[in-house]
Amino acid sequence: MRFRFQRKYLAIPYLVFFLLFIIVPVFLIIYYAFTDRATGLPSISNLVNFFSDRTNVDVLVISLVFAMATTLICLLIGYPIAYILADKKYNKNAVIVTLFIMPMWINFIIRTGATRDLLTWIGLGGGTHPVFATLVGLVYNYLPFTILPLYSTMLKMDRSLIDASYDLGANPFQTFTKVIIPLTKPGIISACTMVFMPTISSYVISDLLSEYNIVLFGSYIDLYFNQSNWNFGSFMALIMLLLVGLSVLLTRKFDKSEDVRTSLW
Amino acid sequence: MVKKVLAKSYVYIILFLMYLPVFLLIVFSFTDSDSVGIWNGFTFKLYGDLFQNKELMQAVLNTLLVAFVSAIISTIIGTLGAIGAYYSRKRARKFLEGITQLPIVNAEIVMALSLAVLFVALSIPFTFFILVVGHVVLTVAFVYLSVKPRLVQMDPNIYEAALDLGATPRNALYRVVIPEILPGIISGFMLSLTLSLDDFVITQYLKEPSFETISTYIQKILAKHPVPPEVRALTTFIFLIAVIVVIVNNLTAKKKQKSFKMQEGSK
Repeated sequence: MRFRFQRKYLAIPYLVFFLLFIIVPVFLIIYYAFTDRATGLPSISNLVNFFSDRTNVDVLVISLVFAMATTLICLLIGYPIAYILADKKYNKNAVIVTLFIMPMWINFIIRTGATRDLLTWIGLGGGTHPVFATLVGLVYNYLPFTILPLYSTMLKMDRSLIDASYDLGANPFQTFTKVIIPLTKPGIISACTMVFMPTISSYVISDLLSEYNIVLFGSYIDLYFNQSNWNFGSFMALIMLLLVGLSVLLTRKFDKSEDVRTSLW
Repeated sequence: MVKKVLAKSYVYIILFLMYLPVFLLIVFSFTDSDSVGIWNGFTFKLYGDLFQNKELMQAVLNTLLVAFVSAIISTIIGTLGAIGAYYSRKRARKFLEGITQLPIVNAEIVMALSLAVLFVALSIPFTFFILVVGHVVLTVAFVYLSVKPRLVQMDPNIYEAALDLGATPRNALYRVVIPEILPGIISGFMLSLTLSLDDFVITQYLKEPSFETISTYIQKILAKHPVPPEVRALTTFIFLIAVIVVIVNNLTAKKKQKSFKMQEGSK
């Protein structure tokens, strides 16, 4: 039989690439996570080891707390900014939005190093203030990811509803909680996922900013992997994968927006 | 009025804070000191040092090389993937869309680690090619997502029309479909270039020990020292390029919007 070209075959390289380099590696991680390091046999020893050592669980909890704190601070700072930028009364110029994205063009390591040098210079460096420095570094890096989805939701928001709320006698607080927040919910949720998930796994920022005083889950995985303890490292990577999957499931029904990174171009 | 001033100053203060670290590097690139905060008089010396620093120059070159090679490969695979998926049956398309989300939502360290485990398990040595594969993993899904909306917007009849007018399927694809989705392909390419230039984690896990990119080279130094003086000078260049790119991008975006509006108007 002669091979006949069909347009759908064009997806074959894409599919093969994904199978080989994205899907197979994930299964490999699962395989190593449930294999004993010494014997090479299937076992749950990594799982038992992980949860029987308080330090491991603590690192996981601390990472979750840092991720939540970063998300919250980003929302507190970014929400008013997005609101102001999307309001024609205050801002007629879309260029200012671009200005908030532009720092993302500067190499991530250089930006992080610059933040650390600045904090050290003014005496708030990671050596003396590790928690503060780490939070500053994380917020600094993820703030654009918060502002963009909020901004695009707020642009689409029907502002006459806010006037209507005032006309009907609501005070500013009621208008905010009962009208503005519900209207911007998709933006809030997508901002949260854009910040929360990368923060749990990020390790470069916390390593550099806290001057290795704070160990987040990402650095922990990195540590075990560098000691070539693949099985344990893989098990922790699997936990990370589960967290990611969980966040995707939780946000799936709300989140229709595109990834923020695509708005770079 | 007061509200307006308050709102504007809030935006500008946050903007100022966001640019402050980078601006400091740029300001202190015009003096010869070991770290930011020490001013030893105005000089261009660091700019000379920058081009004398062979390791750093090599790292810049490596970064560009990995980024361009992987962006080209990503653009080809991703664009073909999007076209193929668009013309596939619904179930196959849904499957492709599903797996496309994987590298986007997945933590970078998990992808990096799993790829490293794969190559070690297969005893494939870490070469330039493997690093490129890693960067394609990082970026290919974004190309797919940039191209897809263009395909959806495209008038499906023009491909059929090309066939009716005697074009072979391949010709119709090259001459009709590709030009139609070109803006998506270009933005996909630029996006993967940017992501790849900025990458640290995947590079760290998949590079040969002697191969350094800007990110890994600086990170190694930052473990013990402040941002190296020459890197401050490098930051000035990166910042200038960013400014130029953003301006050009904004101008072309405006033009696009205008021509789009004109098209809408003529309908």
